[in-house]
Amino acid sequence: MSPRRIDRRNFLMRGMALSGTALLAGCDELSSRPWVRRILDSAETLTRITQRALLSPDALAREFGEDDLSKTFRANGSVRVDDPAYLAHAANGFADWKLEVGGLVENPLQLSLADLRAMPSRTQITRHDCVEGWSCIGKWKGVPLSAVLERARLKPNARYIVFYCADKLGRTGTEADFYYESIGFEDAFHAQTILAYDMNDQALPIPHGAPLRLRVERQLGYKMAKYMMRIAAVESFAGIRGGRGGYWEDYGYEWYAGI
Amino acid sequence: MKQGEVIYRHSRTVRLTHWINALVLLVLLMSGLQIFNAHPALYLGHASDFDHPILAMKAVRDGEAMRGVTTVFGHRYDTTGVFGVGGDAESGYQRRGFTWSMTLPGYRDLATGRRWHFFFAWLFLFNGLLYLLWSFWSGHLRRDLTPSEPELKHIGTSLWDHLRFRFPKGDEAKRYNVLQKLAYLIVVLVLLPLMLLSGLGMSPGMDAAFPWLLDVMGGRQSARTIHFISASLIVLFFVVHIVMVLVSGAWNNLRSMITGRYVVEPAEDKP
Repeated sequence: MSPRRIDRRNFLMRGMALSGTALLAGCDELSSRPWVRRILDSAETLTRITQRALLSPDALAREFGEDDLSKTFRANGSVRVDDPAYLAHAANGFADWKLEVGGLVENPLQLSLADLRAMPSRTQITRHDCVEGWSCIGKWKGVPLSAVLERARLKPNARYIVFYCADKLGRTGTEADFYYESIGFEDAFHAQTILAYDMNDQALPIPHGAPLRLRVERQLGYKMAKYMMRIAAVESFAGIRGGRGGYWEDYGYEWYAGI
Repeated sequence: MKQGEVIYRHSRTVRLTHWINALVLLVLLMSGLQIFNAHPALYLGHASDFDHPILAMKAVRDGEAMRGVTTVFGHRYDTTGVFGVGGDAESGYQRRGFTWSMTLPGYRDLATGRRWHFFFAWLFLFNGLLYLLWSFWSGHLRRDLTPSEPELKHIGTSLWDHLRFRFPKGDEAKRYNVLQKLAYLIVVLVLLPLMLLSGLGMSPGMDAAFPWLLDVMGGRQSARTIHFISASLIVLFFVVHIVMVLVSGAWNNLRSMITGRYVVEPAEDKP
């Protein structure tokens, strides 16, 4: 082999190694640039529009049998709440707890657990998919969100349903620490979207969001707000907290969590 | 040395989609490892049986120190510094699956990793569709990639030649050899489409739209495992591909994938 070819090969290898390193450093640098973020984030819109087009409004997430229930159902995110008012509710079995339903509704509601249990219910055994990658199968019983919204009578300009929670994930000491989530009407009125008060035939345990959590079976786990205190119908969530529609969304996670 | 014949080896579409794919797969691999690191364990079936992963990378406390333990089908291996735990007592231990120097971004940031992954997944889809549609339409798939019967019969000879790093010359070198054809076909018709299908199989939205995805994959956690294995096989292909490119005339091969032109060394003179 001629020396020239060795040089060339050497040059090529060095070039590749160098461009590899540059690419790595470059991608980290790029990740923090707003215009790059905007381009990367545009994929979410494409994914949402495509999945909505492919997903019939009535299509159900698969439901499983009792035999498929996970032996251990991992509790993630907040697994307890330190708020004194919440702890007082927990101490007497949430007997005095009430879910507030407000915002753009004609008929604001205050629903106790007994009120919710007296409403029509749906029971479903479904798979819970965490954004981290694991899945667990659990049995959920609750009132369809659509039934609650119909009773509250949405105003015509309502577009999204926002869920405010009692748990705090942040440590800034402000309102921004509290968990919240939002969904659109495709999910809000879906048959499997329920406000669950029972899990695996027991009252919803505290690590899983007692007394009430959301189930949105065609999206990832972080959409399914736990420790629910208040529901509000809104026209837009741009003015709420970080403006991206949820606690994790404000940290860069997708609002549409269908993938 | 005898002058070789210059041929036009790779069409514009092949060259373009090849390099786009190379870049896209690199980003998908690195952002994929970021996503994997959020829960570095694999399972079979619909749900995660946390007590029985088929693969798990964990950080385990060992007195003052931390050890990385990787479990594969119930067998435990100490993988400190490689999988499970990085760093050391002085600089601080990091719990992780793969090292952060292989992930995108190069630190724990699942949200950003997912953004990169799904953006490039769309590019992967468009680029792959362009390549496949063009390959069917132009005859590239049939003409250049489908092995003939005699070729398949002599696969043993071809394999033996490859193992000794002896590569075809003359007219033989103007087309892909049988091992190349099979390797490329498996990658473009099996592994890459499988990446897409198993990726969609992990999507709760797509599982509701196409429940057959779950039946084909054997459940969401199986889909995740298939995604990981298929990605590993593509990495394996990449390693062999690079070795072959380097040992069979690095510059000639590289140029042919950039400009299309390829020099064929004349066959040895036969008496």
